[in-house]
Amino acid sequence: MMFQIAVNGVDHAVDVDDDTPLLWVLRDVLGMTGTKFGCGEALCGACTVHLDGNPMRSCVTPVGSIGGAKITTIEAAATSAVGARIQKAWLDREVVQCGYCQSGQIMSAWALLARNPHPTDSDIENAMSGNICRCGTYGRIREAIKRAARSHGGEG
Amino acid sequence: MLVDRADLSRRRFLEIGVVTGGLMLSLKLPLARASAAIDPESLAPNAFIRIQHDGQIVLTMPYVEMGQGTYTSIPMLIAEELEVDLKQVRLEHAPPNAKLYGNPIFGGIQCTGGSTSIRAAWLPLREAGAVARTMLISAAAQRWHVDPATCRAQSGEVFHEASGSKIKYGEIAAAAAGLPVPKNVPLKSPADFKLIGTPAKRLDTPAKVNGTAVFGIDVRLPGMKIATLAQSPVFGGRVTSVDDTVARSVKGVRQIIRLDDAVAVVADHFFAAKKGLAALAVEWDDGPHANLTTKEVVRELEQATLQPGAVAQNIGNVTEAMMSAAKKVEATYQVPFLAHATMEPMNCTVHVHKDSCEVWVGNQAIARAQEAAATVTGLPPDKVVVHNHLIGGGFGRRLEIDGVTRAVQIGRHVEGPVKVVWTREEDIRHDMYRPLFFDRISAALDRKGMPLAWNHRFAGSSVLARWFPPAFDKGLDSDTTDGAINLAYALPNVHVEYVHVEPPGIPTAFWRSVGPSHNVFVVESFIDELAAAAGQDPVAYRSSLLDKSPRAKAVLALAAEKAGWGRPMANRTGRGVSVQSAFGGYMAQVAEVEVSENGAVRVRRVVCAVDCGVVVNPDTVRAQIEGAIIFGITAALYGEITLKSGRVEQGNFDTYRMLRMDEAPTIEVHIVRSSEEPGGMGEPGTSAIMPAVANGIYAATGKRLRKLPIDPSQLKST
Repeated sequence: MMFQIAVNGVDHAVDVDDDTPLLWVLRDVLGMTGTKFGCGEALCGACTVHLDGNPMRSCVTPVGSIGGAKITTIEAAATSAVGARIQKAWLDREVVQCGYCQSGQIMSAWALLARNPHPTDSDIENAMSGNICRCGTYGRIREAIKRAARSHGGEG
Repeated sequence: MLVDRADLSRRRFLEIGVVTGGLMLSLKLPLARASAAIDPESLAPNAFIRIQHDGQIVLTMPYVEMGQGTYTSIPMLIAEELEVDLKQVRLEHAPPNAKLYGNPIFGGIQCTGGSTSIRAAWLPLREAGAVARTMLISAAAQRWHVDPATCRAQSGEVFHEASGSKIKYGEIAAAAAGLPVPKNVPLKSPADFKLIGTPAKRLDTPAKVNGTAVFGIDVRLPGMKIATLAQSPVFGGRVTSVDDTVARSVKGVRQIIRLDDAVAVVADHFFAAKKGLAALAVEWDDGPHANLTTKEVVRELEQATLQPGAVAQNIGNVTEAMMSAAKKVEATYQVPFLAHATMEPMNCTVHVHKDSCEVWVGNQAIARAQEAAATVTGLPPDKVVVHNHLIGGGFGRRLEIDGVTRAVQIGRHVEGPVKVVWTREEDIRHDMYRPLFFDRISAALDRKGMPLAWNHRFAGSSVLARWFPPAFDKGLDSDTTDGAINLAYALPNVHVEYVHVEPPGIPTAFWRSVGPSHNVFVVESFIDELAAAAGQDPVAYRSSLLDKSPRAKAVLALAAEKAGWGRPMANRTGRGVSVQSAFGGYMAQVAEVEVSENGAVRVRRVVCAVDCGVVVNPDTVRAQIEGAIIFGITAALYGEITLKSGRVEQGNFDTYRMLRMDEAPTIEVHIVRSSEEPGGMGEPGTSAIMPAVANGIYAATGKRLRKLPIDPSQLKST
């Protein structure tokens, strides 16, 4: 089946079965490999993207269910003020080790700060505990989110 | 980022030519010298550095990046001695060439593992930089007709203060290349270090926060197909029949491949391949291990510890000392099989041509990856090109080449390039596991409670016996016993035996913190038992045994002080301690543990003191310890691979659980200033935390758990 999807503001037509998860459309059909495969069962968060600004696990999101929702991926993080702040905080705090899970971590953090500019520790845990980091960068992720929130100043 | 990927495949070929045809310097390995480099304008005095006429400094990087920061710390070594800024160094992966890029700590095998990169590179890479710097200074001095001793190098230029002359490295690279390669070049004194010891920003991370970093799984090639696979659910089983009628009708499925012990579906994209695989009707002959259970493995190992093993260490006479004991303490310990569960599932891309083969993979041992592809295809190794990539988690998994072998077996049947991607379930169920060990340990105490004798015997798999057979000799290897022998503690009589037993049909492999992942848990738990039997404080007891090991004693004291050891804690909370001498350094950890009424364990805070000798990149040291502690807590609380009917029972993160952010402790790392040789930092944090957690549970509940993972049902309050 042909599907029209809008990824990072660009329309694409893809010809796949309707049950094909968005993850594989992004990675294998459109060649956007920033979004990662980790588990295929929404257990690890590596594949997190935004659908209309909400964090979604693209590995269990069938392309047929997306309709006209706007898809945003890690490749577009720098185009958003919040996304760019998070990327900078990630680098300033030296969060990243192997880096494989970090696309998903940043997408989850971005969605959190977009709706909650000054999250508490518990808000951060709620938003981030679905994202596994095998390198164990959790402490730094928490600090980087707070750093990004602080750099947002009083705007939020 | 420094790695220029766009033209990597082309460059690799060229690189081999440059390296093998250019000016060579023998550091530890006998390297051939030839007359002409491909770029005669460049200075390539050794296998690691090339200074191009345009001033670009290229480091041919012998160690892979899997998150541990080598892409920053190794360039720091070169840049320090070469007197260039870190950002002037561009990095290329070394091609498979064990003669040039073999790891001296790993018997010359070209690999990254065992927390060896900094230790292995510490001298050769600094020497490589110093040699190049010396040649550049000599060439500049010749040009200016001055004494080289009156010139100095800084930020990629040579200066002659008296005349005010200066020249960029690139401009004299060609002249320097014509000079003899000097021997015994002095290295900088640590007091003059500008980079080493400073917290350099990681060079590999900008591409990892914007989606552009290319891990092995991200490789894309024109015309590439995607495959996924199902291997025999029981190790050693075979395919008996495949009905692919339904699978062939799945949209996007291109090809079904049947191997002796696996089936693969090749498709336009991963999901089509996965759907096709699910639609296959495969029958298996489970083979000889069809009924295997973990219980059986444990029973066999337990029995094996009743028989003598190979003597790994003997000091004094344990048997006699036991007879004069005022008190005896005996225990058995057990640690499980563990999967690596790297976040990037196993994958490998191959393109098998008639007379050559290309492999794209993130692997910790790429010369072995090349050999593996050569073996499957029957091609000579020099017809196999391996493109190494960033690694989405190694932890020892990618020291193995089973995935390359499998991908090439599949790729041989495919026209054009194919990327083989394991599902998470396939990744977990066909991992190669940290071995299960069974330990029997006893000690004799004198009237004051101090140890007179230490008697330890354990049974399990030897990874090295398979991975590097020459390292296994007379029933022993250096890894399996690491952390069980040569203890930092002063023990008058010691006897340690290892009984080599390979579990049937279960592949075992290195896993973050390797031998110590097992031994340090046993030793540091048991010394805690002795302290308890002696009625003494666990820190004071250890400390009194560490007079001959001042570095261990010092980290113990520091960790205890920073943790507030001895301060009262609430009911069902406690502090556990561990001390470790491993990977060329010393570490002590104190874990604050809380045990709920229903037995759930939470590690709230970990304080770590480390003396790892000279620190190259302090923030990387901290990051590695933080991550290693999370890795170790995950294993201590949740990690266990079990078998039933010959099948691995776990498959994804629901059944093979990972620590998550809401469970992660705060971690404090205190680094001791030291001028000793650098120690490895990728792993020690993992082995040291496991006993600290178990000892903390004892402090919180009075229950001594001698088997990992922790069983909460034994910790319920009654």
